[in-house]
Amino acid sequence: MGLEEKAGDLGIVTTTLEGVVNWGRTKAMWPMLFGLACCAIEMMAGQASNYDMSRFGLELMRASPRQADLMIVAGRVSRKMAPVLRRLYDQMPEPKWVVAMGDCASCGGVYNNYAIVQGVDEIVPVDVYVAGCPPRPEALIDGILQLHEKIKRDKITDHADGKPIRIEQAERGALKPLG
Amino acid sequence: MVMHAHAYPDIEIPTPSQIAAVALNNEPDENGEQSMVLSMGPQHPSTHGVLRLAVELNGENVVQLAPDVGFLHTGIEKTIETKTYTKSIVLTDRMDYLAPMSNNMVYVAAIEKLMQQDVPERAQTLRVLLLELTRINSHLVWLGTHALDLAAMSVFFYAMREREYILDIFEMLTGARMMTSYFRVGGLAWDIPADFIPTVEDFLTHFLPKVDEYEDLLTNNLLWKQRTKGVGVVNAADAIALGLSGANLRASGVDWDLRKTMPYSGYETYQFDVPVGQAGDIYDRYRCRVQEMRESVKIARQAIERVKQMHGQPYVTENRKVAPPPKSEITYSMESLIHHFKLWTEGFRPPRGSAYAAIESPRGEIGCYVVSDGTPKPWRVHFRAPSFINLQALPHIAKGKLMADLVALIASIDPVLGEVDR
Repeated sequence: MGLEEKAGDLGIVTTTLEGVVNWGRTKAMWPMLFGLACCAIEMMAGQASNYDMSRFGLELMRASPRQADLMIVAGRVSRKMAPVLRRLYDQMPEPKWVVAMGDCASCGGVYNNYAIVQGVDEIVPVDVYVAGCPPRPEALIDGILQLHEKIKRDKITDHADGKPIRIEQAERGALKPLG
Repeated sequence: MVMHAHAYPDIEIPTPSQIAAVALNNEPDENGEQSMVLSMGPQHPSTHGVLRLAVELNGENVVQLAPDVGFLHTGIEKTIETKTYTKSIVLTDRMDYLAPMSNNMVYVAAIEKLMQQDVPERAQTLRVLLLELTRINSHLVWLGTHALDLAAMSVFFYAMREREYILDIFEMLTGARMMTSYFRVGGLAWDIPADFIPTVEDFLTHFLPKVDEYEDLLTNNLLWKQRTKGVGVVNAADAIALGLSGANLRASGVDWDLRKTMPYSGYETYQFDVPVGQAGDIYDRYRCRVQEMRESVKIARQAIERVKQMHGQPYVTENRKVAPPPKSEITYSMESLIHHFKLWTEGFRPPRGSAYAAIESPRGEIGCYVVSDGTPKPWRVHFRAPSFINLQALPHIAKGKLMADLVALIASIDPVLGEVDR
């Protein structure tokens, strides 16, 4: 207030550290290049010419989890894939987010059977669920924009003992990996 | 078609655990060289889904490899047993998610064969039209990802651009871009909208020159040729012995296309050529599939001409025991109301017995084997998935090849893991 009035002509804006960190995090997310089933094809369509997700900063799909901060779980997660998915999640550095793309990743979808994990939130914490079988690329983009809104509300104080809440939850056993 | 007896070569395919055993007892040989065991996938940008390959490497050369499948096992065949025949059509979409119409087609074709159910001619013609659009759709994704794997980025954007056009057509027809579930036993789910045919015509006119555009980018591209020519060769005898089908088989010089050799849905009445390769390498598979897109346009145009002549004819059978009556009929006919009620509460009951139907999907021969015990739910349904059978040729083809060629090889086989694992 007082500072901006005085420095107005110098092109200086004041903000909070939280605000600028969260702004930075939303503007260049690196999703992991990782598809499971049908939804992965719509995710590819979202990356391709007509929808072009790089307009929203998702320019680069990283094949390695170590360089990614967004996991888009695109498709059904089988019992055999579940431990792999959890390991990939664990390999991603903090801060990290998960979008459950499609009905299968959100809740098992049409497959209420022995083979499919009934929602990926049984093994990793999910930030945004995108409905659809498969969701249109617009729906995925909307989901990611919702995630951006969520990240903008993040507080530095949302951490327990210096660790992000989700790790603390995992240690408490609130999120149990399969088998 | 080569029909004479082959002396089938001994083709050994190791299991992933055999390759893992190599890693455990890995002793250097007399030159002090030691092989390395690499686990490629299930999360890998070039395995086209959740395929895992256990690869034993000697330097850059693949000593042996084994595909480890099942990371996308969905239990679709088992789930189908718990649903009525009509309800399961939705599940078949989600096996080969690049060619949902082909899956719908083979499933309803098997049931139609089991029930000896006729399909109206207009429905058959529309099915042919949609199957060919599906083939183009699937080949476009294959082309885009194949080129992407060999570091040609633009082709992906070109191919996906035209694919969106087909998806728009599917959406106009069924309300869904990918999971169409449009085929029904005895015909189609509902009639085509009025502007469907002009839109498809527009698309075909727009699309044909685009195929030349893709070819401009790749066919005479030196880098592309170096990565694909003479790489991953399968000769005709091996291709037959391994059970390959689709473009993978035809690239090896075997003229075998179910649309010609075992026609269904009236394919015998259409004029088209089946592209056949010679060398059986990745380049020939590429040429075959690209040429197939042009042939699909040819077939689709013929189908459109026929559909125009058949205006007003039924899109589904008038056998009320199988297909529901139109809404207008239910309001005045008691029998129609009963048929509607029975179909919706219980479904139809095919006779006891079994039937196998096979069609030429974009990936090869997809077959469906249905066993009925006379109840409204199938007793067993099995799919002969072309991706699964084509993929098990990979250890044979990749043996002794370079690691870098493996990426090109997987893409050229064009597996869809949803169909491999089901």
